[in-house]
Amino acid sequence: MKSLADCARERILIIDGAMGTMIQRYNLEEADYRGERFANYPSDLKGNNDLLSLTKPEVISAIHEEYLLSGADIIETNTFSSTTIAQADYDLQELAYELNVASARLAKAAALKFTAQNPDKPRFVAGAIGPMNKTLSLSPDVNDPGFRSVTFDEVVVAYHEQIAGLVEGGVDILLIETIFDTLNCKAAIFAVKQYFRTTGKKELPIMISGTITDASGRTLSGQTLEAFYISVMHARPFSVGLNCALGGEQMRPHLEELSRIASCYVSCYPNAGLPNAFGGYDEEPEYTAHIIEDFARSGFVNIVGGCCGTTPDHIRHMAEHVKTIPTRQLPVVADALV
Amino acid sequence: MSTSNINAITTDTERIIRPYLRLSGLEPLVVRPETNFINIGERTNVTGSKKFARLIREGQYEEALSVARQQVENGAQILDVNMDDALLDGQASMTTFLNLLAAEPDISKIPVMIDSSKFSIIEAGLKCLQGKCVVNSISLKEGEAKFIEHAIICKAFGAAVVVMAFDENGQADTLEKRVAFCHRAYKILTEQVGFDPQDIIFDPNIFAIATGIEEHNNYAVEFIEATRRIKQLMPLTKISGGVSNISFSFRGNDLVREAMHSVFLYHAIKAGMDMGIVNAGMLQIYDDIQPELRELCEDAILNRRSDATDRLIAYAETVKAKGKVIEKDERWRQGTVQERLSHALVNGITDYIEADTEEARQLYNRPLEVIEGPLMDGMNVVGDLFGSGKMFLPQVVKSARVMKKSVAVLTPFIEEEKRLNVATNGGEIKSAGKILLATVKGDVHDIGKNIVGVVLGCNGYEIIDLGVMVPAEKILQTAREEKVDIIGLSGLITPSLDEMVHVARELKRQNFNVPLLIGGATTSRTHTAVKIAPEYVHGVVHVLDASRSVTVTGSLLNMALKRNFLTEVQSEYVKLNDAFKNKKQVKQYLPFAEAQKNKMTIDWNTFTPVRPKFTGVRKFEHYPLEEIVPYIDWQPFFISWELHGKFPQILSDDIVGKEATKLYADARDLLDKVVKEKWLQANAVVGFWPANAVAPDTIAVTPEQPEISPVRLESIRQQIKKAPGQPNMSLSDFIAPIESGKQDYIGGFAVTAGIGIERWIQQFKEEHDDYNSIMLKALADRLAEAFTELMHERVRKEFWGYATEEHLSNEQLIGEAYSGIRPAPGYPACPEHTEKYKLFDLLNATNNTGITLTESLAMYPAASVSGWYFANPASKYFGIGKIEKDQVEDYAKRKGWTVEEAEKWLRPVLEYDM
Repeated sequence: MKSLADCARERILIIDGAMGTMIQRYNLEEADYRGERFANYPSDLKGNNDLLSLTKPEVISAIHEEYLLSGADIIETNTFSSTTIAQADYDLQELAYELNVASARLAKAAALKFTAQNPDKPRFVAGAIGPMNKTLSLSPDVNDPGFRSVTFDEVVVAYHEQIAGLVEGGVDILLIETIFDTLNCKAAIFAVKQYFRTTGKKELPIMISGTITDASGRTLSGQTLEAFYISVMHARPFSVGLNCALGGEQMRPHLEELSRIASCYVSCYPNAGLPNAFGGYDEEPEYTAHIIEDFARSGFVNIVGGCCGTTPDHIRHMAEHVKTIPTRQLPVVADALV
Repeated sequence: MSTSNINAITTDTERIIRPYLRLSGLEPLVVRPETNFINIGERTNVTGSKKFARLIREGQYEEALSVARQQVENGAQILDVNMDDALLDGQASMTTFLNLLAAEPDISKIPVMIDSSKFSIIEAGLKCLQGKCVVNSISLKEGEAKFIEHAIICKAFGAAVVVMAFDENGQADTLEKRVAFCHRAYKILTEQVGFDPQDIIFDPNIFAIATGIEEHNNYAVEFIEATRRIKQLMPLTKISGGVSNISFSFRGNDLVREAMHSVFLYHAIKAGMDMGIVNAGMLQIYDDIQPELRELCEDAILNRRSDATDRLIAYAETVKAKGKVIEKDERWRQGTVQERLSHALVNGITDYIEADTEEARQLYNRPLEVIEGPLMDGMNVVGDLFGSGKMFLPQVVKSARVMKKSVAVLTPFIEEEKRLNVATNGGEIKSAGKILLATVKGDVHDIGKNIVGVVLGCNGYEIIDLGVMVPAEKILQTAREEKVDIIGLSGLITPSLDEMVHVARELKRQNFNVPLLIGGATTSRTHTAVKIAPEYVHGVVHVLDASRSVTVTGSLLNMALKRNFLTEVQSEYVKLNDAFKNKKQVKQYLPFAEAQKNKMTIDWNTFTPVRPKFTGVRKFEHYPLEEIVPYIDWQPFFISWELHGKFPQILSDDIVGKEATKLYADARDLLDKVVKEKWLQANAVVGFWPANAVAPDTIAVTPEQPEISPVRLESIRQQIKKAPGQPNMSLSDFIAPIESGKQDYIGGFAVTAGIGIERWIQQFKEEHDDYNSIMLKALADRLAEAFTELMHERVRKEFWGYATEEHLSNEQLIGEAYSGIRPAPGYPACPEHTEKYKLFDLLNATNNTGITLTESLAMYPAASVSGWYFANPASKYFGIGKIEKDQVEDYAKRKGWTVEEAEKWLRPVLEYDM
């Protein structure tokens, strides 16, 4: 069977769309989030989407299958907030490892099912590693810019546990995504390298996806795109890319720059446009797919998909539109200065 | 599909990514072949910038950030950040500073170079930086394993590294070594660690040229050639270095220095140098250099003619002679007499002081008014400048010299006036307060105390200096008679700490209520807080250095401030005391018997000790001083003047460089006189005797000469619980045990360079010249240390002769790169002072050298050094740390002491409270 690397050489790969948007469609209530296991849990759990992998696994599996059915080559685990630090919001830090294992298994089972149906199009699972709700480069207190609510070491420990869970659950890729503070990302990279060095396991491919927050073209922590890329190069990632915050249209110039400087594959999974007055996303699947097609024709991308507001419909259209367009060629990495 | 899109695809296929060094802050820095030389900002460095060090120490991070901002505004493309200061918590300071830096986009846009000799500080820095930074530095100094370990961590953070051209034996000082050391590091980094070659930056050591020493003449050529070869051999790597080192023999002559830097960089950059720590303001455009000077610089830097140094020096002299300096110097003479006095004080100029004072005296009604008027005004300016970090200690001491000379002119007239009208208004100089200073009983060291006296004197205090070896009774008696406002105690050796506690107890017993100041090299805030402050309730304050003494005394003698100040100090000391007591419990200690079992093991079967070329003792009298001078380590000299920084870099430091250069020039002048006119006598005695370890911590010395009595040396053993595989060391481990059947040897030495110093100190005193008095003492100390270094080298190569093939530079000697050690009783490896009696007996040291021992085992003259020689290649310097009661009891038994006696002498290393 073809490996991820084989597939990436041949064609533009499709990564899935939003998980949260799809969960919203199920109109789940507090009781659904709690399930039996957390029926008497003291704090509110509604909104803890990652928990659904334990309490409503059938919903998560169904969403994975919808995306696979739309043509996704890569699906993301439901683990965006499955770290001790992020789960502390719900007082569920002790669940972090279990959440990662369970979510990874759900995604892996779905992927295996589809690969079995069509071995020519193998499907892969990317373990989603989110940015955390605490930042290492930014102070939460405007009056004390030197203050940090968390330390590098604490972040490494939290990510290390998440990675261990994801690998145990069988993911094929580790995807560090929605990076708005590069130092958190560096801690995640550090944890990945540390995990594989200490366990002696074969290192999984790393995908890195940053977030440009506005027209300044910088991350929230202030870096330009190139500075960001230079800061994470040492991960020797399988791909580097952009997701979230912007729609495809706003992402174009940044993606163009990234495709020029990156020696690895380039990914892009934008939101379905910019949010409307109610915080929802209006961009129609056909429209998003047109933007993505332009990226593909311009030779900017190797992996495309969607973030907030995108649905299996968006993914189906994208897959259709880029099907015949050659994937971005990797640049030649020279070993001499001139 | 539009045509532009097709074009895009075409260009994509031709895209090549080059292996450039890429760094980032908020913005990228890509080093391409066409990139110009990269300036590294050097001022955010506590070792190089006194101002920055002070700001960090005082927690003034806002201003510290503005130092960083200035660097960026002046064109720095990388910011070097260094927090290596013994008084700082380096990791915490690095973390705080970098976190704050992250909130300043105008600064954090450029990449940071984390600069530290401590890897723990480097790691702390790595954890704060989102960008790709540079680690400065790692090296093979501590061996391959450490090097690899550090490199792996740097790589996990994605940092580029500066690799210093060092190996286990020291710094590379030849072309071949430079290239070979760098290549070895390169192979390890790329083949074993997986480093990208472009992330490796070599620093192949820039040394001073044109120093007058022939071997130095080729240093620049070798650096440039090494750069070229390194770049040929490893084309992706980068070259960096500290540029101003090259010209340090021309300190004080910026015109020549700037030209040398430009010429050096012109050639070094052509050879491939990429970046450097440079003062961008001190660079001239190569083409703008006056052609004659450029040619001379080129001759010297490229070592093109044997007389290049002489010719450059000759040229430098002419520039100096026709320089604007002298003209400018004289302009101040046109001011009023008050202005002239003030100028003379602030600039430390004694040339006209007598005439100016006399002129002022005639202008004022009473001579006292000259002191209270213009002189005090001038000294206030000095005090303010010093307080705000704009003047440095050597300048203040020179100012004090001017003041004293001026007062000396006035004194006879004041006396005369007093005599004439005793009845009328008294005629005492108004003093801000009376301060008694003394070096405590048993101790002879007084450089620091004298400096404090001068500085306080400059600030209007009346100083009563009781000198050295002052018993408690005399201190108390004088304090009572003179009604002093403050008592200051000083000491350098560890037994002095106990004597200070004793003085504090006596003050309490005799119901004193004046504040007590504590200072001197072995004193510390913690010791003061834990041992002295609890003994005396009327205020005990540790004073770190002379510059602090002014604010401390100011606060203590101001009724409005005193209470608050003392409350603050006391609450801080209580905290320190608590912290100290809590801290102790963290460390684990082994039972003494177990520590003895975990000794350092040397395989005596395969090692045969070398028999010294002679046994018994040999003495050296009137050793030629000129042979000692090249061995001087200047760095401690600058520290004694409170100028902190590495030598010779300190001479070109942006802030203290000018003053350090002047001080150094004055020191060299005085040193020339001392050497030429034989002011000081240097004597030494060295000896070697058969020895074997006869018990775990006992060395039996069995001299072959009947006139020398055999003796047993008792050593102390590290008792803290070590990591697995790490021994609990004791000096006795380095000597073959009797059961090995091998005859081993131990050596000893006592050297002094202070014989005859009193006469000159007295003369300077009569001339009111504290500056030269302190200078001479500091130089004598340096000579004694240099003499020790010289004798140790001769011992290794000739007298003991176990290292006949050794070739080490002075830097390597200072860096302790030699084989074998020379620990001194009273210092970390053998902290118990009374073993010095045995050493002195074996050497007959007092008769052979003129050095005597005080009751606290201090050596007189103060400029003396003594210690043991160990030759075993496995021997190394270590610190005992703290020890437990079981070892103290054992030690007491071995020494024939009561446990209380043992505790008295071992107090500084006791783990427990007595």
